[in-house]
Amino acid sequence: MSDQLLTVNNLSVAFQSGSITTKAVNGVSFSLNKQESIGIVGESGSGKSVTATSILRLIPRSFAKITSGEIIFQGRDLIKLSAGQMRKVRGNDISMIFQDPSTSLNPVFTVGNQLVETIRAHRKISKKAAKQRALELLDLVGIPAPDKRITMYPHEFSGGMRQRVMIAIALACDPQLLIADEPTTALDVTVQAQILNLMKDLQEQLGMAIIMITHDLGVVWETCEQVLVMYAGRIVESATVKELYQRPLHPYTWGLLDSQITESQDSDAPLSSIPGSPPDLSYEVTGCPFVERCPYAEAICHQETPPLQQLADGHAVACHFQTGSNTLERKEHAYREGTFTRS
Amino acid sequence: MVEVANELEQTRELQYAKARKEQAFTRKLLRNRFAALGLGIIFLLIVTAIFAPLIATHPPNQMDVTKSLLGPGSEGHLLGTDSYGRDTFSRIVYGSRISLIVGISAVLFGAFFGSMLGLISGYVGGRTDAIIMRIIDGMMAFPFILLAIVLMSVLGQGLVNVVIAIGVSNIPGFARVIRGQVLTIKESEYIEVTRSLGARHGRILFYHIVPNSMAPLIVYATMSVAGAIISEASLSFLGLGVQPPTASWGSMLQEGKDFLVLSPELATISGLAILITVLGINLFGDGLRDALDPKMKV
Amino acid sequence: MREPLLEVEGLKKHFPVSSPIPFKKSDQRVKAVDGLSFKVYKGETLGVVGESGCGKSTMARLVNQLIKPSDGVVNFKEANLVDMDAERLRLTRQKIQMVFQDPYASLDPRLQVGQLIAEPLVIHKVGTTATRKKRVEELLETVGLNKRYADRFPHEFSGGQRQRINIARALSLNPELIICDEPVSALDVSVQAQVINLLKKLQAEFKLTYIFISHDLNVVRYMCDRIAVMYLGRIVEIGTYEEIYKNPQHPYTKALFSAIPKENPFADKEHIILKGTVPSPLNPPTGCHFHERCPVAMDICKTKEPNMITSKDTHQASCHLIN
Repeated sequence: MSDQLLTVNNLSVAFQSGSITTKAVNGVSFSLNKQESIGIVGESGSGKSVTATSILRLIPRSFAKITSGEIIFQGRDLIKLSAGQMRKVRGNDISMIFQDPSTSLNPVFTVGNQLVETIRAHRKISKKAAKQRALELLDLVGIPAPDKRITMYPHEFSGGMRQRVMIAIALACDPQLLIADEPTTALDVTVQAQILNLMKDLQEQLGMAIIMITHDLGVVWETCEQVLVMYAGRIVESATVKELYQRPLHPYTWGLLDSQITESQDSDAPLSSIPGSPPDLSYEVTGCPFVERCPYAEAICHQETPPLQQLADGHAVACHFQTGSNTLERKEHAYREGTFTRS
Repeated sequence: MVEVANELEQTRELQYAKARKEQAFTRKLLRNRFAALGLGIIFLLIVTAIFAPLIATHPPNQMDVTKSLLGPGSEGHLLGTDSYGRDTFSRIVYGSRISLIVGISAVLFGAFFGSMLGLISGYVGGRTDAIIMRIIDGMMAFPFILLAIVLMSVLGQGLVNVVIAIGVSNIPGFARVIRGQVLTIKESEYIEVTRSLGARHGRILFYHIVPNSMAPLIVYATMSVAGAIISEASLSFLGLGVQPPTASWGSMLQEGKDFLVLSPELATISGLAILITVLGINLFGDGLRDALDPKMKV
Repeated sequence: MREPLLEVEGLKKHFPVSSPIPFKKSDQRVKAVDGLSFKVYKGETLGVVGESGCGKSTMARLVNQLIKPSDGVVNFKEANLVDMDAERLRLTRQKIQMVFQDPYASLDPRLQVGQLIAEPLVIHKVGTTATRKKRVEELLETVGLNKRYADRFPHEFSGGQRQRINIARALSLNPELIICDEPVSALDVSVQAQVINLLKKLQAEFKLTYIFISHDLNVVRYMCDRIAVMYLGRIVEIGTYEEIYKNPQHPYTKALFSAIPKENPFADKEHIILKGTVPSPLNPPTGCHFHERCPVAMDICKTKEPNMITSKDTHQASCHLIN
């Protein structure tokens, strides 16, 4: 499998605060091919961001720790690399963009300065050449008049423009993998459409792989081929995007799909929602983490944690009742509470 | 199924109770060893001040010229005597009263007036804020000792005047801390909510803003007590503090400095008393800040 | 004809820009809200959509007089709130409540849930301690929370639960109009649906009127009877949700709807990608505010500001193309 770019095996991450240990990520495994884009969806606290930041080992070392697992990137285990080797990987091979473009740029340096610094940190080229490259990058991410913009400070840019600059910085050294942590959540819809469009174009043009972390299934439909659904620090389902939409298997995925408000949503019928809230991961969770919110739960779900099982055609699911021989029937309106009519 | 649900409900209640206990403020404070040590020192200081007559071995102002400048341990004087033959240990014990009274009252004085100014300044804003803050800036620019000397010479010597002088010099700090708090809290969404509910200014200020500014105020006040104790010692050292023969750590240090060669322990002991007290209060204040900081919560 | 509960006429708010020179008043103005006129009918939900900086949140605060408007009329039940004296305004405002966006910042962290929900009652001196306590329990159950929660603190609750607490507080004085400023934007999808269902249920139960502000067009379409689309401090289009959704007139409305990500991986959705970003309200473009980004702009758009043109009596849009 020379196509494989990244393999994450049994990754677990724990947060330590005083005597309380929170298992933020619990035995996550997935792999990613070159030029592939994979979406990680989940609600807040599902561990999707922690998983992604762990790949770059950017989790705060003072209280977060990778407790087990391996992250194989191009044949090397990133967890075993020294801090210096890891720094070379960051930016050069793997880059990351974050949710809030207003806080991820340094306000006291010009945009050009920050771009040139990044380029020169990874490549031994002259200042002039680096500036040339910076101009190219700004042009690449669709910033008009880059020669003027390069001397401006981050506060002179709008949110969407700042996110474009962040993308330019991330692309500075032609990374093989771009991790995008909710890149459009802080942006308006029309700007979100611009940025997603840009990311798709760039992926085709530069041939990199993308990990897109989001809570919005719409963003996944727009940009990804593969998708992982995370819940309470675990992957509960993984499949291709089309497969997940057509044949979702995990009751949580059903709930998630049902609670999306779509254009075709009948506004006289109540919305579906998943009752309750995710479990507190600072306590030991026994059984399936979704059991308390699952309308299909039975006794075994309280006792045993279902493993993520591979089914045919690359679809995997972690549910006691979706193992191939044992299949659960999806009930319509399982997540609906009561009815009412429009006044 | 019902049983399972009940059991779950019960465990959840238990977990809730456990979490509440773990987040309890005192537990968090005392888990910090330095804070616990600081609290211990403060406790010791307060006990000493209250029970001074029981602890002291001699009356603090009893002179005996025949026994002047005795070394520690001789003739029943635990820490020796000073040039007038007064028992150093007893004077240190009684001196803690002055330190504590001045430290606490001066800070209360400064905290009260400073907070008032800070509240008004931060809440009203605009021109009022500009005027109050320029006055505060002026006060801050004026060296404390000079300010105290001026005040002491106007008001005359005496314990109350020492408290006022140190208290006044504490006003600007409190005003600034509180103003900063008010400015942030004023803009928060829950204040906007309260305004949208039709609350009057008084309620917004004293029901919402003041309680939410208490945490940094308490921390700042604790630290200021240490500062005030040093200020009192400095004033006494300069002869502007409490009048002799009342025992105060500052005046003892001043008297001790004349005998540094002959009996160095005189100055050392009073200096150590100041040092340990201030250290204890600051350790406690640090711990308090960590325990009160909501960001430290899980 | 339905009875309007709220009528807004020519509402404006221009914020002065603080000048870099002390004690000198700046003559620059941010036109956050620049001439809004609309009606809200009894029992309906008016949705207000628009991107950040379009003035929708300022509009909400102008309606209930949290911010004093520079100009304009806000008639609530035929009484103008703008020139009302402070004491009468306080009383009238009992009937207009707000639910804010951030469920974490909108609850005073030092107060218990019971105190928070009872606060409007205390402020307006309604009832005794005992009746207030009963009302709090009743409200907690109305919004689907356990009544034992009254003595807990906000940090012990999840975002969705906190938003329920906010809603309970807004309901305590039996309001007629509730202004919801992005009430579900900070919540996860599954929780978002719970809160929206709750808001709809309460509307039917208590005959409430909502102004529902959101940037999420699907949420607005689902929630609202009528929708107003705002751009740079002005309403560019207003109509029933069907009109706005199925037959948008203004090019901005069209672009806004086309920008929503597709709702399944098989859909082949064409997005209208707008050029640039929302201009600064400090220095808005001449003529039609939208012309710089408009894919169908004409010469007249650069110079002449379009009027509101009524295509049906419920549907209005301001664009030169409509003639």
